[in-house]
Amino acid sequence: MVSEGAVVDHDFEDTGNPIHRVRKTAMWAFLGSEAFFFGAMISTFLLYRNTIGDGPGAEIFNIPFTSASSFVLLMSSLTMVLADNSFQKGDQRQGRVWLIGTALLGTTFLAGQIFEFTEFVHEGLTISTSPFGSSFYMLTGFHGLHVAVGVLLLSMLVFFSLRGRYSPDGGMNVELVALYWHFVDIVWIVIFTVVYLLQI
Amino acid sequence: MATATHAHPTAKTYWLIALFLGIVTAIEVTVPYIDALDPIRAVLLILLGSAKFAVVVAVFMHLRYDLKAYRFYFLIGLAGATVVFAVVLASFRAF
Repeated sequence: MVSEGAVVDHDFEDTGNPIHRVRKTAMWAFLGSEAFFFGAMISTFLLYRNTIGDGPGAEIFNIPFTSASSFVLLMSSLTMVLADNSFQKGDQRQGRVWLIGTALLGTTFLAGQIFEFTEFVHEGLTISTSPFGSSFYMLTGFHGLHVAVGVLLLSMLVFFSLRGRYSPDGGMNVELVALYWHFVDIVWIVIFTVVYLLQI
Repeated sequence: MATATHAHPTAKTYWLIALFLGIVTAIEVTVPYIDALDPIRAVLLILLGSAKFAVVVAVFMHLRYDLKAYRFYFLIGLAGATVVFAVVLASFRAF
């Protein structure tokens, strides 16, 4: 029996399949290693943030635009968690709607990033302009790549669900993809603060 | 060790968290444009960003409700990232 306020130590979405816990553990370990990866990239950016050479620096950032993109990605975390919630309740139809919404929001974020990169290139900031440009494009580009992989995973989940081939015990379930997606979101929370807001 | 029997977050909780995240983002965007906040701007932005980070990890990623082992794995990664961060910046005397 558990009293109110007791320490809770149970698997949030225990499907009764021990392999589920192994996969989830692997995903958390993977996300931990990804934290190392992005930690190194953000450190590199901070190191070179003032090394702009003859090219432009952080003054070309369009904060209102990036804020809107950030809001879109944050809201995609909401649709993702609602998709996870629906699949947990066995409502795959509603879950698919939220998954498609998440994929669309992710695609909108990516479109915004492509637009932003195009604008920066027109203003003279390319990946080879300066160490600032290199570290900026590497960091935000790799994050964008993670979002693109997330959109691909979401599309696969929708496809499997539509074909009736989705199972919570399968190798790739909504909960694992949700963990990945939320991680991509929290990395952007850090990038938005450190790379954009603290540089203006 | 205790098992189950506590309330998981509901859809309403998720919507409220999203509202919180939206409001904090709006505040974050406003902060750099308020001159009076310049002396505490960096600290304030870091605190606001950390609040968003913590809420997403705790509620959306269910780390608050899940096995403590998962929390451990993630915190190891986070601590490692912080160490990498500090070592790189210290190596190049960026502090």
